[in-house]
Amino acid sequence: MSDVSYNTDIREHEAGFGDYFALLKPRVMSLVVFTALVGLLAAPVPVHPMIGFCAILFIAIGGGASGALNMWWDADIDRVMKRTRNRPIPAGKVEAGEALALGLALSGFSVVMLGLATNIFAGAFLAFTIFFYVVIYSMWLKRSTPQNIVIGGAAGAFPPVIGWIAATGGMAVEPWLMFALIFMWTPPHFWSLALFMRSDYDDAGVPMLTVTHGRRATRVHILVYTVLLAALSLGAAFSGIGGPIYLTVAAVMNLLFLRGAVRIWRRDERTAEADDFAVEKGFFKLSLLYLFLHFGAILAEALLKPYGLGGWG
Amino acid sequence: MSLKRTHELHQRRFSRNLGLGLILAAFVAIVFGLTMAKISNGDFSAPYAPAQANQEGQ
Repeated sequence: MSDVSYNTDIREHEAGFGDYFALLKPRVMSLVVFTALVGLLAAPVPVHPMIGFCAILFIAIGGGASGALNMWWDADIDRVMKRTRNRPIPAGKVEAGEALALGLALSGFSVVMLGLATNIFAGAFLAFTIFFYVVIYSMWLKRSTPQNIVIGGAAGAFPPVIGWIAATGGMAVEPWLMFALIFMWTPPHFWSLALFMRSDYDDAGVPMLTVTHGRRATRVHILVYTVLLAALSLGAAFSGIGGPIYLTVAAVMNLLFLRGAVRIWRRDERTAEADDFAVEKGFFKLSLLYLFLHFGAILAEALLKPYGLGGWG
Repeated sequence: MSLKRTHELHQRRFSRNLGLGLILAAFVAIVFGLTMAKISNGDFSAPYAPAQANQEGQ
């Protein structure tokens, strides 16, 4: 065999380990890990640390798998959008088929392993979440309705419910409150991004609310969802996951968030362009802190409960 | 003739192989850890041995 034949199947940009890891959307995974962990620890059933660790790991891998499948399906629009142009497939580092294979393999692996490590119900629910995100959201609704973000938000909201089921083996109201919190938070979070990443979704032909109903309607939608979110967030303070710490955090964060939403609603495009969407960008950053602190407060209440400090006593 | 110089490509392949190797090692450790946790958690009970069952019956 000559050296020439040795080189025939070499691609110009052969993928490294990091390129495959990037397919799993590590930043989204961190949100999945955090919210699933809160769901698991807020559950009233103590979990063995090793089993808890494995449950979170397999939920994270399941989230990563759906990220890889989403990148496989959306490779065409990722090529067009500035924000996603450097993802491994459009950048030419990984073949689309490889992303599909990795996504499918990790989906099966994570579902089976979560089922074995905790309970069948948790595994089945993870399978449903992956199906929901990949088939219902990515393949079907993302490109066909301007409510895509609202529905896509549901997929991102399932991890705390899976965490809770992994611990308890059953359902309750509390994990669904955590679900509702992420579900209602997603639209204002993403629509504020769509306001300042203006041309991206237009170019890709994704029916984002800013494209189909206009930017004025998007500003109104952000305000409406923020008001509904505030009501939900404050209401949750008096449930099993709430307590004085949560109530304090929710009161402060909702006040700031509502203030931001009102400011977005009152601005017109000329004012926004004049300061390069400073308010919209600030609102987007605040939304990240909003969710982090809410779940942090739920976690604090849960961890303090054994010492008689968390919750309403 | 063999290739002796390390190309950037070889480094990428090495990173992939090393990554996969570490993941497989971690998987073995996780399955072991899970097994130990399940056994010590009381979820797992060994089936009755016939001799033991007879003794209990007496």
